[in-house]
Amino acid sequence: MTHTLTAGIDVGSTYTKVAIIDQDHTIITRLQRPTGFNFAKAAEEALTQALTQANLTRQDISYIAATGNGRYQAAIRDLAITELTCHARAIHHYYPTVRTVLDIGGQTAKAIRTDDHGRVKAFRMNDKCAAGSGAFLEKTVRYMGYDTNDIPQLAEDATDPAQVSSVCTVFAESEIINHLADGRSAQDICAGAVIALAGRAGQLVKRVRPEPDYALTGGLTRVPLMQRELQQQLNTPIHIPPDHLGVYAGAIGAAHLAHHRLQKLQTTNT
Amino acid sequence: MLVAGVDVGSTQTKAVIMDTKPAVVGRALIDTGARLTDAANHAYQLALKDARRGEHHVAAVTGTGYGRFRVEFGDAQVTEISCHARGASFLYPHTVSVLDVGGQDTKAIRVGEAGQVLDFCMNDKCSAGTGRFLGAASTALDIPLGDLGPLALTAKNPVKMTTTCTVFAESEILGWLALGRKVEDVLMGVHVAIASRSVSLLRRVGIEPEITFTGGVARNTAMVSLLQELTDCPINVSEESHYCGAIGAALYALDRALADQAGQQAGGVTP
Repeated sequence: MTHTLTAGIDVGSTYTKVAIIDQDHTIITRLQRPTGFNFAKAAEEALTQALTQANLTRQDISYIAATGNGRYQAAIRDLAITELTCHARAIHHYYPTVRTVLDIGGQTAKAIRTDDHGRVKAFRMNDKCAAGSGAFLEKTVRYMGYDTNDIPQLAEDATDPAQVSSVCTVFAESEIINHLADGRSAQDICAGAVIALAGRAGQLVKRVRPEPDYALTGGLTRVPLMQRELQQQLNTPIHIPPDHLGVYAGAIGAAHLAHHRLQKLQTTNT
Repeated sequence: MLVAGVDVGSTQTKAVIMDTKPAVVGRALIDTGARLTDAANHAYQLALKDARRGEHHVAAVTGTGYGRFRVEFGDAQVTEISCHARGASFLYPHTVSVLDVGGQDTKAIRVGEAGQVLDFCMNDKCSAGTGRFLGAASTALDIPLGDLGPLALTAKNPVKMTTTCTVFAESEILGWLALGRKVEDVLMGVHVAIASRSVSLLRRVGIEPEITFTGGVARNTAMVSLLQELTDCPINVSEESHYCGAIGAALYALDRALADQAGQQAGGVTP
């Protein structure tokens, strides 16, 4: 039997993610890179890098689905799908019992309620304010001279999380300066910011009229404190995609839906 | 006899010295920095120097602004809302609405004939409609704050900003430049965004002439012309607009000083 491969490209505001999967939904390769300002170029280059990484060529890919903020600029796509549908789909594959998905991205946060088939039934989204998104944490650690890769460890090493209000990312800067002046550690401040973000995210989830089970996707899946805080706030276990796939959920979902579309096309053709 | 008003803002500290006419006889403007008490003191001393008068001539000092309780030499504190209303009525007696766009907050105030506050609306929760939004543009484009307005006014084809948040605006600005849009067109887009937010705040207290524009952002010429366009009202702006809160504070100090004087004189004639 021949392999049929599809690619999902998630052109996010901050990172572009690619997942290439076969017809059994096995992940052949995955890759992420910063998006930059040119969405079309980001999509093209991310796919090329992923292909090189897997020793494949463009001819090996039967169908390309693009998702994320920059999906319509990704000229290489065969199909564009909203990231809500893709995240719901990916989570349904890993955890079929999940009905509520929270995706926290670089510039947006989305709470999605799904049906038994992993389709989107309702969603609530914040894309207006950085305080509810990954940008809040990014800015917070940048002020202190760290970058986003340091967040998981910083948050784990906190002994006494600082009180960080989640009102405005820009105004949080002065709060952080005050904490540093008071001798608080970067660890405690970072943990405080994670807790504040979890608070906002929890509010968003409550607005979608959530149902169990719950899952988290996006870059924040790398931060164990985020998972624990959300579990405490929502008083329920939160699933996280296995094998550090959380950040690729959109791309994986897109690749799954590409297979689905491909099957449909093949059935109609025969 | 002199009086003083010291407005310790989040970004800048303003101090004025006034006489009994009342007229402003000395003023000072400095960056607030982290030590509010020092900033208040320093601005006050500079204003006295500007007035060429000694501290002993000053009968009363009012502190205002977010750091008003750090004006330790002051004998009273009044909120910046009351002070801007009072100051604006002093500068423009026919003022009905005041728009104060500061470094970290924006206020729209409805003012009575005597300069009293009738109603107000304030945004201090989100930096998007405040001076910080322009500050972010200044940083992202590496253009001094004072040059933003004049440059924006040369725009021919302004961009339409799609983001609300100051943080996202920074990357949107760079995105527009990456698409080859002109700096002035991007800047005008930024000004339109902040002006529209200011006007929606103003609308909540009522847009009615005359409108007096105060706070640091009042020095921005593009903001003034956009506000005129969006409200369809002439906008009062003076050289003193930035000192409006401090002037209002000084006028409150003058009330107290005159009342004290009257009290003493009254006391003097008591048998």
